[in-house]
Amino acid sequence: MNSRTTEILVGLFMLLFLGAMTILALKVSNLTSLSGANGYQVSANFDNVGGLRVRAPVSAGGVKVGQVSQIIYDSETFEAKVTLTIDEEFNQFPTDTSASIYTAGLLGEQYIGLEPGADDEVLEQNSEIGLTQSALVLERLIGQVLLNK
Amino acid sequence: MIDFLARSGRRYLDALASLGRASAFLVQLLGALPSLFTRFSLVIKQLFSSGVMTLSIILVSGLFVGMVLALQGYNTLIGFGAEESLGIFVAKVLVRELGPVVTGLLFAGRAGSAMTAEIGLMKATEQLSGLEMMAVDPFKRVYAPRFIAGFFALPALAAMFSAIGVLGGHLVGVELLGVDAGAYWSQMQAAVEFREDVLSGLIKAVVFGFVVCWIAIFQGADCVPTSEGVSSATTRTVVYSCLMVLGLDFLLTAIMFSV
Repeated sequence: MNSRTTEILVGLFMLLFLGAMTILALKVSNLTSLSGANGYQVSANFDNVGGLRVRAPVSAGGVKVGQVSQIIYDSETFEAKVTLTIDEEFNQFPTDTSASIYTAGLLGEQYIGLEPGADDEVLEQNSEIGLTQSALVLERLIGQVLLNK
Repeated sequence: MIDFLARSGRRYLDALASLGRASAFLVQLLGALPSLFTRFSLVIKQLFSSGVMTLSIILVSGLFVGMVLALQGYNTLIGFGAEESLGIFVAKVLVRELGPVVTGLLFAGRAGSAMTAEIGLMKATEQLSGLEMMAVDPFKRVYAPRFIAGFFALPALAAMFSAIGVLGGHLVGVELLGVDAGAYWSQMQAAVEFREDVLSGLIKAVVFGFVVCWIAIFQGADCVPTSEGVSSATTRTVVYSCLMVLGLDFLLTAIMFSV
């Protein structure tokens, strides 16, 4: 093994190290977010998103059709504005589709469920979902039960 | 009876003396490190034999450890309906614990034993005495490059182990068992902190690299210069390194994550 080959292989080794660190920094931990989803974006306003996170799944009828790409607080409407990226192949959602935040299992993560309406027009890039149902916040539920007694 | 007591006492004194020699050796070794700035090619050569040659075993075991973690974690988590949290489980276990520890153990077995055997054989064939005769300091020429190379290689290998383990977990968890890919990665990213988890794991790997290389090089330099002596020194390297890695891991975990 001559020294040139050795140097090249060591260089490759260091490159692999950098690659591994990049994966650990960007993909495994939350230094920045990478989103490689292609599809169209629609937005929905919720009173309360609970524990919803970016990249949480968006499903319709239990089947994943997209993911949450952004969650911001809209200071004009005092609501949370959630941007959903829906895969290109599911472009037949009526405009009166409703979006609700559900929890997968008892301890699972939160996701958005879409229930299609009956309108003839379909959701497109940058359209807005008007019918939304916020996340269930456990404390609020308990409070309601206590007050109704 | 007296004979027995004397023998066991001598064994402890021998162990103590060897610890003392190891400490003096470390001081000399650290003193020789600055000379490497002018002879970096030696380090590259050692990086090849301790880093690149260990790469294949690290990548293969990392992949399989990640896959096993995903299988085990899935079967446990599904009982709580929390299989979406599989990503957190796989990534945290790999990055915090198994990445540095298993890499340390494999490194001791693959590269540490090779280092001891090589240096021990150099001593047995009187190459080290030859170097000294030519006024070449074996600390600068033989020990220090190996030390620095191993010291760099272990954290690098640990990072690769964790990264490929997470990908292996994805392979089994997402592709085989049907956990949602978005949930796997998003929950992982939400729960794994770069400084808290990734850097702590890397610090562990740095400490393990230091200790494993120290033990390996010292055992080689301190061995009885016969073929039998070299073989028992190689065995000692692997045994001591593994014990030190596991013991230090407990200590470091207690310091880093307990509070």
